[in-house]
Amino acid sequence: MNRDVIVIGGGTAGMEAAGQLAKAECKVTLIEKEEEAGGHVRNWCHLFPDRRNSADVVKYLSDLINQKNITFLKGTSVESINKSKKKFHIKTNRGHEMLSDAVVIATGFDLFKSEKKEEYGYGIYNNVITSADLEAMFRSGDLRKQNGEIPGRIGFVHCVGSRDEKSGNLYCSKLCCVTAVKQAIEIREHLPESKVFCFYMDMRMGGAHYEELYMQSQEKYAVNFIRGKVSEVGESINNGLIVKVEDTLAGRPLKMELDMLVLMAGMEMAEGGRKIAGMSGLNTGENRFFAAADNHFGSNISNIKGIFYAGTCTAPMNITETISHARASVTEVMDYLKESNI
Amino acid sequence: MNIEGKRHIWSDYQKEIADDHFFYVRSCIRQSFFPGSEQFFLNLMRNILGKDVYENPGHTTCTGIGYHSDIVPSATIMTVIARHFALMKESGYKNIAISCVTSFGLYTEILDTWKHFPEQLEKTREYLFKATGREFDIPENVAHSSDIIYKFKDLIAQKAKNLLINKITGEPLKIVEHIGCHYAKMFPKSGVGGAEFPHVLSGMIEAWGGNVVDYPERRHCCGFGFRQYLVQANRGYSVSNTAKKFSSMKPFKPDMVLTNCPGCTMFMDKWQYTIKEMEGTSFGDKGESIPVLTYEELAGLVLGYNPWDLGLQYHMVQSEPLLKKLGIEYDNADKFKTKDGKQMPIPQNLINS
Amino acid sequence: MDKFGFTISKGRQIDYGSNDKRIAEYIFEKEPSFRLCIECGGCAATCTSGNFTGFSLREINILIKRGENDKVRQSLKKCMLCGKCTLVCPRGVNTRNIVVLAKKAFLKSDEYAI
Repeated sequence: MNRDVIVIGGGTAGMEAAGQLAKAECKVTLIEKEEEAGGHVRNWCHLFPDRRNSADVVKYLSDLINQKNITFLKGTSVESINKSKKKFHIKTNRGHEMLSDAVVIATGFDLFKSEKKEEYGYGIYNNVITSADLEAMFRSGDLRKQNGEIPGRIGFVHCVGSRDEKSGNLYCSKLCCVTAVKQAIEIREHLPESKVFCFYMDMRMGGAHYEELYMQSQEKYAVNFIRGKVSEVGESINNGLIVKVEDTLAGRPLKMELDMLVLMAGMEMAEGGRKIAGMSGLNTGENRFFAAADNHFGSNISNIKGIFYAGTCTAPMNITETISHARASVTEVMDYLKESNI
Repeated sequence: MNIEGKRHIWSDYQKEIADDHFFYVRSCIRQSFFPGSEQFFLNLMRNILGKDVYENPGHTTCTGIGYHSDIVPSATIMTVIARHFALMKESGYKNIAISCVTSFGLYTEILDTWKHFPEQLEKTREYLFKATGREFDIPENVAHSSDIIYKFKDLIAQKAKNLLINKITGEPLKIVEHIGCHYAKMFPKSGVGGAEFPHVLSGMIEAWGGNVVDYPERRHCCGFGFRQYLVQANRGYSVSNTAKKFSSMKPFKPDMVLTNCPGCTMFMDKWQYTIKEMEGTSFGDKGESIPVLTYEELAGLVLGYNPWDLGLQYHMVQSEPLLKKLGIEYDNADKFKTKDGKQMPIPQNLINS
Repeated sequence: MDKFGFTISKGRQIDYGSNDKRIAEYIFEKEPSFRLCIECGGCAATCTSGNFTGFSLREINILIKRGENDKVRQSLKKCMLCGKCTLVCPRGVNTRNIVVLAKKAFLKSDEYAI
């Protein structure tokens, strides 16, 4: 069998899909715009809910794509996709012209650009950082303020760029609550003297073992939870961060001085995915993610026969869900190739 | 604080500001409380920058104070503002320069209302025509007069005689900038730099050599809040907001406050006196109060004009501590003299002098 | 009244069934975004009035929906209609209109017009 499948995007979903397709004896080309495969998970340190090292996941995925049926094109992005008869013609920025029988889109997500929430001062106040910046600190093992001091009071702002009409994102990014709880625990482990506060609208701990992690954060790590959406951040004379919020459960406005503030940036349709949607005629939803053919039994299927979706290019997902979704996309590809007599 | 982050935001909020040929509309209260400001604006524009600025004697209040006090209905204020546009049309001008932030907010809000509800625009045309026989056009360019000074801030810096440097210490002056709420909070796109980190005044401070103080309650209202002030029983709320703001800036020891709104200048100036009387608190360094200046007054000082010609003596908080830091010479004997040298009565209870 | 040195307390329970929900219904009809509030408190955190008075638009939202109108009627007067709450609301609720409509609804209910 000589069936060619192109997978666009070399993060968790794309690597998993490529690996499983190769196992099913397809000839796979995996296209990744960065110089290295692995996507966002490469930048993470530890993963919820069990705090395993993210390098384990990267290693699993790297081993998976290390197969003879997979051609990995790094530093490459797709310039055009055209379908004629049953063949897809794909051109890249590096001059490749390829033909394939099916395409898997696995372009993933971008983190919300937190500087868009101007009132939180990301990029302006030195110790306002994002959840991704904090992971980088965990990776380096060095958790400090910009001036080198150890932070004593650290706050987390949930829902930055999620569930927010003003950011243009009405949906819940789903992973930020549990990520904040995980990161709050990690801060308390790194800095046992610190005090940690999570500012949330709703705690959405719907995944397996999430609620247990939440309880652990209260019981074992004394993380504080304040229910209210942060309205603005300012800087004090000591370069402390003054956070304003309504403590909705106490029913009064509250201000607090913190040494560091972590913005839980939400997930958005990736820029790369948006370009592909624009050039290919693939449908996107109001939330700008790719729109699957059916929410229940067609979440990998697109509006173009032969093009399939894998992972967070369709909606926010955690790694477990992304890997399952990518595997499911392979089933859809194989069914399609069989039914089309390719 | 990372200034690059602010520049990034500012680049998103650049508005078009006309270069010349302005139809200038004055503020109701600035002429009484800071009488040198508008006069110096005209002097600066016409005689120093060589611009054409026209004032029409038929221009009236925009009725903003009445509007915000629930006395003037919206159809009336729209018609009053339409009449100003008619005067502008009749005088052959297309760029409006607005001295007052309340007026600026209303002009902006009404233009936006007309955009979304064209039937309101048509009604206003009808009302104005029925009442006065006049017709009007929508202005091509709407700028607050602080926008215009912002536009020419570098030209002013080139001609500067006094940069915003403390001559005693050699350090840049620490200046609090306060933007009127109605300048950019309603329509961030209509203000230079947006609503969260406005650049209109901070840009002048930077260009003229000072340092901007970013303190926690920077975004908080000055305390005016029309209805809070206009009803005596509510004035406690007004002064409480001012006290909150000044308490927040106090640790930074600012040398002065720069404002672009008549209400803010007035209340940040006069409530300092009130708070001192009520509680004995002052907010500046060494027990002094903090001078609150308009951007025209500051531009005038930078360009080397006599502080008494700029009207600084008519503030409640006197500017002498600031003038000393700037190394500006002044003669106290001239402070309350008329242009032809006659002595005026000297006000009592001025602070900082 | 205090013949025995003690009183008979009214319950603290919100009597949802008996409470007057005409104010809420009036606002729901005229401003459907009233339903979108998730009680996050962004409005109350940014509110200038709430700094010095007990005014909280978030609280007013929930009290109207529960028919606990007495406190709301007094509280509404503290709003300056500046609209900062509208700028921060993550659900795009037309907060200013809710205050205006609530005031209208109280007047109408006094006149038995709703």
